[in-house]
Amino acid sequence: MYIYDQYDQALVDQRVAQFRDQTRRFLAGELSEEEFRPLRLMNGLYIQRWAPMLRVSIPYGLLSSEQLRRLARIARTYDKGYGHFTTRQNIQYNWPALEKVPDILAELAEVQMHAIQTSGNCIRNISSDHLAGVADDEIEDPRPYCEIIRQWATLHPEFSYLPRKFKIAVSGSQKDRAATQVHDIGLQLVRNEQGEVGFEVLVGGGLGRTPIIGAVIRKFLPKRHLLSYLEAILRVYNLYGRRDNLYKSRIKILVKSLGPEIFAKQVEQEWEYLRDDAALTLENADIERMQQFFTLPDYDANAADDTRHEQQREEDPNFARWLAHNVLPHKQRGYRAVFVSLKAPGRAPGDMTDEQMEAVAELADRFSFGEARVSHTQNLVLADVRQADLYELWQALKAQGLATPNIGTVTDMICCPGLDFCSLANAGSIGIAEQINEKFDDLDYLYDLGPVRINMSGCMNACGHHHVAHIGILGVDKKGVEYYQITLGGTSGNDAALGDRVGPAVGKDEVADIIGRILKVYAEHREEGEPFLDTYRRIGLTPFKERIYA
Amino acid sequence: MRKIIKDGAIVEDSWIHVADDAALPAEGDIIVSWTRWQQEPDTLLKRNGRLGVQATGDVAPEDLAADRDKFSLIALEFPAFKDGRCYSHARLLRDRYGYRGELRAVGDVLRDQLFYMHRVGFNAFEVREDRDPEQALQALKDFDVIYQAAADVHEPVWRRRRSA
Repeated sequence: MYIYDQYDQALVDQRVAQFRDQTRRFLAGELSEEEFRPLRLMNGLYIQRWAPMLRVSIPYGLLSSEQLRRLARIARTYDKGYGHFTTRQNIQYNWPALEKVPDILAELAEVQMHAIQTSGNCIRNISSDHLAGVADDEIEDPRPYCEIIRQWATLHPEFSYLPRKFKIAVSGSQKDRAATQVHDIGLQLVRNEQGEVGFEVLVGGGLGRTPIIGAVIRKFLPKRHLLSYLEAILRVYNLYGRRDNLYKSRIKILVKSLGPEIFAKQVEQEWEYLRDDAALTLENADIERMQQFFTLPDYDANAADDTRHEQQREEDPNFARWLAHNVLPHKQRGYRAVFVSLKAPGRAPGDMTDEQMEAVAELADRFSFGEARVSHTQNLVLADVRQADLYELWQALKAQGLATPNIGTVTDMICCPGLDFCSLANAGSIGIAEQINEKFDDLDYLYDLGPVRINMSGCMNACGHHHVAHIGILGVDKKGVEYYQITLGGTSGNDAALGDRVGPAVGKDEVADIIGRILKVYAEHREEGEPFLDTYRRIGLTPFKERIYA
Repeated sequence: MRKIIKDGAIVEDSWIHVADDAALPAEGDIIVSWTRWQQEPDTLLKRNGRLGVQATGDVAPEDLAADRDKFSLIALEFPAFKDGRCYSHARLLRDRYGYRGELRAVGDVLRDQLFYMHRVGFNAFEVREDRDPEQALQALKDFDVIYQAAADVHEPVWRRRRSA
């Protein structure tokens, strides 16, 4: 993984000192709330329903065991002993004291972490594929490019007061696991006809109250021009994005109003000036230098010879279930990528206690070269586990409540913090997740249903990505009462689509029951081996609608 | 005389802002609005004294640039500190159009934006009247390391690392 040098370390240290002084001036009354607001937001600090919320950046979701231990210590020392992993691969703390936040940032800087630009109208954390570097459908590891972009974007003087927030995702695989089509900029590594690797560039995707799938504005961008092209897009947006209306200020609105072709033309015109700027050009040596931080770990070449896990699978059906659902194939023979499920019944999706974080750090050291990843579905991944170690790892995860064999099933829900924590929310999310967990506690039924993605947002800001769920749940407020709107047929994969609204919102107590009816309609109509999304696309909304409002 | 930050120091401001409906002073360096400049360019150019023009983010940087050799000063106005258009305007004036005169930030100019403003090419700052320019000046020292090139530093960190 990327290791800071003196430049990176100096920058985060100076950032801590800067924010310490800003916090001091705010508490002394020298800065107004309005003036302090963007400063704290650009250090990840929100003022929430009950307390401040601090969002810490986990660049492209990658963590060392040392960093994970530090996140645990912060949870224990400054919070109530837990943290919440988000769909953009970050972690949020819900209970820090405002005056302690500079100390937390100093703790993070000690382990090469920060909260820079995790909120505010600036370029946010660069997100990526949680299987980067280990997926067998990968064209190239996206993480070196993520880190290059992270550095370019960090404290960018021209792009820190954009019309609105700005999110970039990079995918290096054929299968898009980074939701690139619903980001302000999506970068997809592709190979052109000459065999050269570069980027396909999408802009203007996004969720929120106006969900839009991104449009391709350039089919092939040579790697050397990555930064000049990004700079051109951001400049066009900074100059022409709307600032008069909060809800119309994302780049997707600009792209939509101009049309992607015109927008692309403007970017290309701007890029003409920038493309040969040496300060924005990446030479091969720059890219290779960054790639050296993301080389393959020291794999055991004989890992495939030890097949004890096969016998263990025969003997222990619980282990077999976990293997079937939480463990993924790996490009290296004899290795697997393992999901650490943060979707246990009775826990808020994506939440993790300090003790669990420390346990996973320990397991990462023992079994996965000291690294862990955060997935955008709010689970962790240990990406490089020897097959012979799987049984021992499973037992250890199970002891921590982190081995619920439900990855990809109905109960592996994406869920925002909702009304319980968030001051924007209109309705609760965590309670709905609990309701669904209680109703669908029969694992065999879930396995029979196959992959079903349920995402839940507590308001139309869509932090829970409900638009791109097979079954999306959106919390709305009707005269002080929580209601839930259901959508069907969304996905953030390669065939990205926004879900269709089934009809009027339903009451809080009915949600799990209605999900049950939706799944029954699917089970009745599916053809042999047909996943939920395909059935929905084939039979359409009507049969579901009829049953929901029957 | 009002104190401003210029070229990294606190100085007394020798320039006078002249409102659109005010008579032009016979002598001295004046800053007029972009509107006034468009209405009476000849009168303004015939005066004794240097000329500066003030523009909001609504004035296209290429329009400003077209007249740049007439101005000794260009003031870009931040109606609210969150309106970030003029960060791009400043960079374009400096890096694309080669404007080398004084580039001044006016309006809602506060300490905590100064570092970025300086980086995109502003060399003078009228810090908001209710704030201490001495304190604001400290912001220019907030960081001694930067990642990306801008109007001030042309070598990004990845190029410095090449020789490491």
